[in-house]
Amino acid sequence: MTHSAPAVELAGLTKTFGPVTAVDGLSLRIAPGEVVAFLGPNGAGKTTTVDMLLGLARPDAGTVRIFGGTPADAVRHGLVAAVMQTGGLLKDLTVAETVRMTAHFHARTRPVAEVLARAGIADIADRPVGRCSGGQQQRLRFALALLSDPDLMVLDEPTTGMDVEGRRDFWQAIRADARAGRTILFATHYLDEADAYADRIVLVRQGRVVADGTTAEIKNLAAGRVVRATLPGADQAALAALPGVRAVEVRGDGVLVRTDDSDAVARHLLTRTAARDVEITSRNLEDAFLALTTDSLTAETIGA
Amino acid sequence: MTVATSPATTAPARRADRRPPALGGFSTAVLAIEIRRLLRNRRTLMFTLVMPAVFFLLFGLPQRGDDLPNGRPVTAWIMISLAVYAAMVATTSAGAAVATERALGWSRQLRLTPLRPAAYVATKVATAMVLGLLGVLVEFAVGAAAGVRVPVHVWLLAGLAAWLGSLVFAAFGLFVGYLAPAENVMQFMGPILAILAMLGGLFVPLEMLPDVFREIARFTPVYGVGQLARAPLTGDGFDLGALANVAAWTAAFGLGAARLFRRDTARV
Repeated sequence: MTHSAPAVELAGLTKTFGPVTAVDGLSLRIAPGEVVAFLGPNGAGKTTTVDMLLGLARPDAGTVRIFGGTPADAVRHGLVAAVMQTGGLLKDLTVAETVRMTAHFHARTRPVAEVLARAGIADIADRPVGRCSGGQQQRLRFALALLSDPDLMVLDEPTTGMDVEGRRDFWQAIRADARAGRTILFATHYLDEADAYADRIVLVRQGRVVADGTTAEIKNLAAGRVVRATLPGADQAALAALPGVRAVEVRGDGVLVRTDDSDAVARHLLTRTAARDVEITSRNLEDAFLALTTDSLTAETIGA
Repeated sequence: MTVATSPATTAPARRADRRPPALGGFSTAVLAIEIRRLLRNRRTLMFTLVMPAVFFLLFGLPQRGDDLPNGRPVTAWIMISLAVYAAMVATTSAGAAVATERALGWSRQLRLTPLRPAAYVATKVATAMVLGLLGVLVEFAVGAAAGVRVPVHVWLLAGLAAWLGSLVFAAFGLFVGYLAPAENVMQFMGPILAILAMLGGLFVPLEMLPDVFREIARFTPVYGVGQLARAPLTGDGFDLGALANVAAWTAAFGLGAARLFRRDTARV
């Protein structure tokens, strides 16, 4: 383990379940201190990737390195901790007992009272786990993950099934804890979570990385508006030369212009060409997400 | 979320502190929490402590005044048999708790901690043996309170044999626990244990069963423990067959559990 080892290094990770390829040659490098959202629709291979990252599943091909070592090594030394989606708690223990018990599995931990407070569950310390809400149980999992004060924290869809308030409380706890230098990787299919909490978004689809960039870069993919029109024999170059135009695409008789200045494009189309059925739509992160993660459209990849 | 500009500076320095826990994570503190969990479970207490005691009051007390061929009280024979039964139910249920914990995903959660799987199993066995000891002690206490009187060495040796012999069932419980991840494993284990106890001569003397059952019974897993635990009372002397029975079943369940356990916890 050296100074320069990435927090996470996945290379050519592949996992198949029968005829289904869940993860398909996925590679990813995360530097220490990054807060990365692993964003994709259900079934994109996020959980399978997380399982392999943590050493809970064996890759069919490819390698996993955490701070330069194996996942098992990272777990044994308390370098990595994880908050999994569901399960993994004993209903008959109280919240505090669960944390105390888990603390004894490590050589050295943060004080139990401290992690309870940081996870925002100090007030329910004596409540049996079986009587805690889903959100409270998730914050308990977070408290357990905080015990070893890990350098890498992995969260697998941590807010699935929570109501809006539960999600907000959970992220508030995570935010409050954003210790300098801790690397965080969280899988999610909520765009707004990725947008609000990550510095970098890795978009996955069908077990592959389809886009990887800063939150701003990913949002840029979705910036501006799209002008559609029916225009046989459209002059692509002329359209591309208009101010604010980012991309021009011709599909049969149709033309599709992505632009920051939809007025200029519409004016051009209507006054200088024979275009008809002009239609202007705005794109948001949701569209970028859909565009990048839906089968029918071509994926675009921007450099990290 | 803000991130510090020099994120890599703290991690390597702290890594020097990071070492795996001693004994693979086994600790008496965890053992204490595990035992408290068991004592909080009313179902477990019912089947391991209350029921055998009630059995004694129902079926043992009416035989007060009857003597064994060597002049010692029949109630002591029944009390020791039921102590074996209490210990075996206790250790089986504590061992089989791994089934519940696997079903709940707790064992998966544990794989994300430095706890070694062997330390986990050691904790389970130790917990089982503490509950088993409690089962024996409660049964003996009820017996003593109800007037059972035998020499001190009989109390000690019979108690020790009943307790240590229940190790067979700690292994049995673990074996079942690793066989099937089910939250309610003891619901189908209860009747199985009752049948085994019957065949092991814990409820009625084997002499009262038909010959064919008696022959089969000698090879069932409760038989050996029962014989060894009652030997100090009956004065039958050391029974090599009974000892072989205990050793064989402990080995069989222990190896079976170890095999399933390795399959379950194979690190990748």
